[in-house]
Amino acid sequence: MTDERSQHRDGRVTGRQRLTRRALLAGAAGAMGAAVVAPVSGQQSVSTTRRPGRGPNEVDQRSAFVSPRRDPSPTSSRTPLQDLRGTITPADLHFERHHGGVPDIDPARYELLVHGMVDRPTVFSLADLQQFPATSRICFLECSGNLRRGTPETLPQMVCGLTSQTEWTGVMLSTVLREVGANPDATWFLAEGQDAAVMTRSIPMEKAFDDAMIVYAQNGDALMPGNGYPARLLLPGWEGNSSVKWLRRIELADQPFMTREETSKYTDPLGDGSTVRQFSFVMDARSIITDPAFPRVIKPGWHEIRGLAWSGRGRITGVDVSADGGTTWQVATLQGPVLPKAHVRFRHLWQWGGEPAEIMSRATDETGYVQPTWDALRAARGPGTRYHQNPITSWTVGDDGRVLFGAERLQA
Amino acid sequence: MVVGGLWLAVPFAAGQQRSAASNHPDTFGLGRAATAGEIEALDIDVRPDGTGLPAGQGTAADGARTWARACGGCHGQEGEGGTAAPVVGRDPSSRPPTVGNYWPYATTLYDYINRAMPRNAPGTLAADEVYGLVAWILAKNEIIATEAIMDAETLPKVAMPARSRFVRDDRRGGPEVR
Repeated sequence: MTDERSQHRDGRVTGRQRLTRRALLAGAAGAMGAAVVAPVSGQQSVSTTRRPGRGPNEVDQRSAFVSPRRDPSPTSSRTPLQDLRGTITPADLHFERHHGGVPDIDPARYELLVHGMVDRPTVFSLADLQQFPATSRICFLECSGNLRRGTPETLPQMVCGLTSQTEWTGVMLSTVLREVGANPDATWFLAEGQDAAVMTRSIPMEKAFDDAMIVYAQNGDALMPGNGYPARLLLPGWEGNSSVKWLRRIELADQPFMTREETSKYTDPLGDGSTVRQFSFVMDARSIITDPAFPRVIKPGWHEIRGLAWSGRGRITGVDVSADGGTTWQVATLQGPVLPKAHVRFRHLWQWGGEPAEIMSRATDETGYVQPTWDALRAARGPGTRYHQNPITSWTVGDDGRVLFGAERLQA
Repeated sequence: MVVGGLWLAVPFAAGQQRSAASNHPDTFGLGRAATAGEIEALDIDVRPDGTGLPAGQGTAADGARTWARACGGCHGQEGEGGTAAPVVGRDPSSRPPTVGNYWPYATTLYDYINRAMPRNAPGTLAADEVYGLVAWILAKNEIIATEAIMDAETLPKVAMPARSRFVRDDRRGGPEVR
């Protein structure tokens, strides 16, 4: 089995245009795939073996035949989950969500102010932050507004492409707070960004002394501008908005600040709307099958169902896969190492006989939480919740082999 | 206080042991002392109890002029919404939510307008202009009287209609879906 997506050059077009083109090419691509499985004599070009290729360069680029693209909207751009095969998101494909555009910050002029309920209000330079003992951690970062229910012609990227995974490097926030002498009576801190929204969130001090970090490296390299260059807060397992980017100020206090992003936004109306859940930081367990998925057209035979699972509460302990719309489930294989609060790759071999099918995945985490159906989620929360939607999603396979998003399962 | 009873009841980090890695010195000697002036320049946040509100004042009439110039183009001249969200409306079931039916704290209005609005020129409004806009929005929502003056004393006392709706996150993991 091979993948047609890497084999046609789709050029520098937008995600939406590319989607259409992919759909058009999907039929022909199956034949290309078959050709690679059983190569015909003379099929392989000799053009690369009869002349030298390019020499070493300073910064490599993807093959001209490969062009994964984020899908940008006015407020975010979404990771192409269907084009990725591991768990680490290339830095230039990490999703973006920001509220006042991406600032250009000169690292020589960058400063982080830590003040409020501390013994020693202090300004740290980027070099200061990098001088502290460093920690690296692989974890996912997911926007809490990460579900589009869409139409049957919806890519994994569009369903939930506002999640990405990185090896972050930086200093533990607890180390910085010890340096400034944090007052033990402080219960919350404000994190503030240096963007045009001067974005702020209030964070419980419990998280500061648990696993919060100030990070300055993304997959070993400097942060990308859209992900907070030169330094951002990182709160593993929590909704992405709380990991404030372009971090310029931390203020310790004995109460939450009730900023716009934690009152009018990123809150969850429950039931009939009479109550609103606030400070809902943790991302619940979730999974999605990234292959096969729209716009692929598959042939009868053996297929490996592949996807990602993650939980903001710890490790994923299992992923079940169904090929009959949830009537029966099989246990998928998890690719180790299975890290806490991290994307894990799951795979499951499936023999498709050509009959209509519906494939879906269901994640379980170490707390015993099982990823719910859309109906169970709606029953628990009512119809008004906008954030933290993590329902089981599916892909239908027609008798023609066309794979479509199971949009019908997510109807209101 | 406005928030104390509800939020401080939660057993967060106060008093818990805060140990660093065992091999860490008492201090790394990094950073420099922040001056009072630079703290004041950056410390723009406004809390529910009014901490952080600056001197200045404004009424709805003052705010109407600023609204027409800087806000109405996106939020609608009457606050009914446009390319940006509506800010006026008291019906709890209306979507998208508004200041009148969803915002739990009046102080958040000052904080957010001051830091992030208008979108094409954030951080450019004077304190009196922000107070005026806050008064205009609150009066439009029939939360304060049309002639009410908003300043550092009066704004924290404004009771928002949606305040009682907000509850803590009760999700805890485990088998129950919440």
